[in-house]
Amino acid sequence: MTHDIAINGDNAVALAWRQVDPDVCAAYPITPQTIIVEKFAEYVANGEVTTEFVCVESEHSALTLCTSAASAGARTFTATASQGLAYMWEMMPITAAMRVPIIMAVANRAVSGPININNDHGDAMSARDCGWLQLYSENVQQAYDNSIIAPRIAEHHEIQLPCLVNLDGFILSHAIERMTMVETMDVREFVGEYEPLYPLLDYKHPVSHGNMDGPDYYYPHKYQSVLAMNKALEVAEEVFKEFADMTGREYHLVDEYMCDDAEFVAVILGSSFGTMKETVDQLRAEGIKAGCAMPHVYRPWPEAALAKVMKGKKAVAVFDKHLSIGAYGPMYPEVVAAAADLDSMPKMYNVIYGLGGADATVAGFKKMMEEINEGKAAKVTYLGVKA
Amino acid sequence: MTSLSLKELNKLPVRLASGHRLCAGCAESIVVKQILMGTSDPVAVSLSTGCLEVSTTVFPYTSWNTPYIHTAFGNGAATCAGLETAYVALKKKGKIKGDMKFVNFAGDGATYDIGLQALSGAMERGHRMMYVCLNNEAYMNTGIQRSSATTLGASTTTSWAGSVQSGKKEFSKDLTEIMVAHNIPYVAQVSPHNWRDTVTKASKGFAADGPSFINSISPCPRGWRFPSDETINMARLAVETCVWPLFEVVDGKYALTAESARIADGKVEKKPVMDWLTAQGRFKHLLQDRWEPVAEAYQDEVDRRWKKLIKLTELDL
Repeated sequence: MTHDIAINGDNAVALAWRQVDPDVCAAYPITPQTIIVEKFAEYVANGEVTTEFVCVESEHSALTLCTSAASAGARTFTATASQGLAYMWEMMPITAAMRVPIIMAVANRAVSGPININNDHGDAMSARDCGWLQLYSENVQQAYDNSIIAPRIAEHHEIQLPCLVNLDGFILSHAIERMTMVETMDVREFVGEYEPLYPLLDYKHPVSHGNMDGPDYYYPHKYQSVLAMNKALEVAEEVFKEFADMTGREYHLVDEYMCDDAEFVAVILGSSFGTMKETVDQLRAEGIKAGCAMPHVYRPWPEAALAKVMKGKKAVAVFDKHLSIGAYGPMYPEVVAAAADLDSMPKMYNVIYGLGGADATVAGFKKMMEEINEGKAAKVTYLGVKA
Repeated sequence: MTSLSLKELNKLPVRLASGHRLCAGCAESIVVKQILMGTSDPVAVSLSTGCLEVSTTVFPYTSWNTPYIHTAFGNGAATCAGLETAYVALKKKGKIKGDMKFVNFAGDGATYDIGLQALSGAMERGHRMMYVCLNNEAYMNTGIQRSSATTLGASTTTSWAGSVQSGKKEFSKDLTEIMVAHNIPYVAQVSPHNWRDTVTKASKGFAADGPSFINSISPCPRGWRFPSDETINMARLAVETCVWPLFEVVDGKYALTAESARIADGKVEKKPVMDWLTAQGRFKHLLQDRWEPVAEAYQDEVDRRWKKLIKLTELDL
């Protein structure tokens, strides 16, 4: 039994959390994530969850408290955005290295400065080297579905890594969309009981968490995380399959649209994948064989799946909603690396777009894609910027 | 904890094992052992980054024979609060049985400076946890840099005694008072030279129905420049000079304890601050004639704080 509801992205995440009913949630409010914690606090106030909900004094403490609570043996969720994620940054690699499967929703927002509250991927992208799993959401449905899928990947005993669930700030966090919810009983059965490894509160078997490593151990410990990330590629596919069996909604490491017979493809993340699908439809109506793909799983980086998508294409346009100033968008070099092993490497373009909430429109994407199709585009384009 | 005989205390499990890598004469392990004697319940320990942390948990070794965690420097209180929160959550669900206690140990840098926000937040939220500051009055782990717990005139590697400067220019922040202002059930100052006073206060702190904060003076032979067999004498001197009074604040009510109570009652003479300054190399420049006003200012500030503390004990709440 499932039914459709009208709901915004933040509330959809909170709803998924209510259904999972984690043991601990510690969070700090920041636009545009606030609705998640507000709604969840309401569930707490009305006894709809059993979660210990802690309103901490900062994001640094939010992630700290979640990390130690998870080490203690609790299933732990949190949420943030932008400066909040930046303020958590010190803890991000520590959380990952402690191998605690915390789930953190990020209502993606530009990072200051200048201060800007609108959507781009600067927050999550700046955290991409921290050792967290990362899932991206195209729409509200996926923000909800990813919140249910994430614990299954993160908590897998051969993975044990924290996971970011990204949803575009305002565009998804605050936009009401039609969504099909999963019944709570089914969600509970899907995520299962949390079985922590070496929980700290097992005082009869005392363990030390967060020890200091010299070079002999630091590097091997990092390598263990590499192995866990590799394993996550395999596990994510299995979990997506199970989720599809339950809901009929199919996800992959790389979600594709019209890629099979496409002559060139765009690689793009988040809500803009939907914008690009519409763009592809319009291009196709004009006889231009375009396609597009979204790495649903951004960490681990789904290199093989992407290479498959790019095989035989004449061009690939990597659309980045963040910028490593002085270099490229963050996804571009990774897509290039994924294409490097192909027999014939497509022409690789980087399109920077949508920074700080700048318009990301079908018209803009279409013009860009036409230029790429015609081989007229520059290697790096700052789409729509008013210089 | 009903009795406080050494015989009984010795029966408690050894939670911090010997063989750790703290310096000879370091007071920290002494304070930790005394604090942990304050409860016979299982206790989980968190540490803020610092001397104690790096000296007791070098992988693949650990000196902790009790659940232990470290995450970072400025967040010890939040780390400990997370353990306590998980405990409350899992106990409620019947996944954990029996009582447990939670304590974070941190140096003064991790407490007075970088960890103050996390500490304040955890105290305000009322987690049932203890926070213990091992106050050696500087960033000793990184090589003796000044913190806001460093006292006037102390020469450190970022507040040198030089040709135009007499060491640190400011007196220390009164963190214990800041913690009292959080209106938590139990706040105390302790010194490792008086184990009975420390263990008694630890047991009260662990028994408190809410957060407790204990600030311990923790003499550091390296940073303070004194022989490593003088640690306990140095701690005693801090109390005897009223540089570090022993007191507790139970539900807002101040009371002096041990030697400090006896000094206030006139039973024991208050020693001059000069005894304290001359015992440590970090203050030796203050013995020069030109820095005499600094030594006098030190005495004046100690006297002012001591008088204020006595007034606070006289408050009828």
